[in-house]
This record gives sequence, structure tokens and C-alpha cells, in this order.
Amino acid sequence: MEIDYKKEDKQLTFKINEDIDECCVQKIRRKLDNEIERYMPKEIIFDFSDVSFMDSAGIGLLIGRYKLATMLGGKVKISNINTTIRKIFEMSGILRIMPEIKNTNKEVQYE
Amino acid sequence: MNNIYENEMKIEFLSKSNNEAFARIAVASFVAQLDPTLEEIADIKTAVSEAVTNSIIHGYEEKLGVVKVVCKIIKNEVFIEISDTGKGIENIEIAKQPLYTTKANLERSGMGFTIMESFMDEVEVESVLGLGTKVTMKKKIKSNCKEKDFAMSLRGEE
Repeated sequence: MEIDYKKEDKQLTFKINEDIDECCVQKIRRKLDNEIERYMPKEIIFDFSDVSFMDSAGIGLLIGRYKLATMLGGKVKISNINTTIRKIFEMSGILRIMPEIKNTNKEVQYE
Repeated sequence: MNNIYENEMKIEFLSKSNNEAFARIAVASFVAQLDPTLEEIADIKTAVSEAVTNSIIHGYEEKLGVVKVVCKIIKNEVFIEISDTGKGIENIEIAKQPLYTTKANLERSGMGFTIMESFMDEVEVESVLGLGTKVTMKKKIKSNCKEKDFAMSLRGEE
């Protein structure tokens, strides 16, 4: 399983457990959109603790999910990003629309 | 006598997107001999991934072709050349602009060249319509042991 998720109080947390590049981005997108459309969350959190590599395909993926979430009246936040991924986030300005939340409990139980 | 450390490798693979991970890991493994920091390795992997992705999805689009990666080490500098014989880029200056993409419908971010340029020291793009594109990138590895060893050996230290 490459994506774990957790639902709680209209909040949907995704934990992606693989490299995010052009190759796998479509597969990830389908899984995320299925869950988002089914659950209609008010808040989506992307937990990056198990993503060691991400390139610009990941930026496209996040912006796409941001558009979907906004359309459904929700917000997107991100957590646990490593140094390299942070550089890409900062470069793209994506942190301005998806704020970073600190101290996400790494012990959360995913479904 | 040639005291300058040099090495070179070359790989060619089909333009399938599951070769992107192979390409960046192969380059990273080759560059490892310069003893780079984790951050330098991550920068190189990301830049290679962007260039290879461009060749696969823009250069060849739906068609199958061959992507060539040449990686050279000269002293503590890495030169990476990624080329395809795909459709080429019409206007390189426009293509390099942040957020510019010809495939917005596929949720492409248009950040590829911007990432290459900020993660590498130098990026050069050559392209001929209908013939293909070649991206050449350079990065200096700062945490270089060989250079230190070499300097020490010149001074006669152990």
C-alpha cells in the first residue's frame, strides 16, 4: 500500500509512502481523488514523513488537489517535509496556499 | 602525468516513465565517488529527474524513443548531459520560464527548468525542432575528499 489515510472530524490525512515523480503521480492522483470525493473533507493534510523524493510532478499533484479541495470548500495543509522537498516547496511558493503544520503525531493509526 | 581525477559513464534507456527512478539513482550512485553531501545528492537526483521527465513526456510524448544520459566527473565537478531525439523545443527561453507548461491539462507544474537551474550550478539547453534536445548541467561538489587528499599529498602530509 503506497498511500495510507486517516479520517477524523471532516479531516482527511494522507501519508504517501513512495517517491513522487511523473511515473507514479497518476496512480497517486486517482487514489487521492477517490478518497477526497468520497469523504468531502473540510481539511486535507499531506504527511510527507515517508516521502524521500519528490520532483515537480509532485507540485502539479498538490496544486491539482488544492483546486479540488477548494472547490469542495476545504483547505490543504502539509506536514513533515524533508530539506530537499522543502526547497522545492519554497521555490514554487506552494507554502503560501498550503501552510505547513508542525508536530504531526507520527504514531497516528492509519486505516 | 595526469593528476586530474576524471571518470565518465553513459546510459541509454527507453523513454518509459518508470525509467526515471533508474536514471536518477544511477547518476547518484556514480556521483557518490566524489563523497557529496546528502543535500548535493538530492539536488542532483531532482535535476536529473526533471530533465529525464522532460525528454520522456515532452520530447517523445506518446512515442517510444531512447534517452541518453552521460555523466562526467572532472576533479570535483559533475557534468550531466541528458539528450533525446524527440520533437525539440520551439522557444527555449519561453520553455525555461517558471510555471510555463504546454501540458497544463496533465497537471504539469511548469517548474522543471526552474528546479534544474536552482539545484545545479549551470544549465544549458540546446534544441533543434524535429531533431531533439540536449540539456547539460554542471555542479561542483564542495565536500570533496579527493581534493583535500590531493592538496595534502602536495604538502607531504598524511
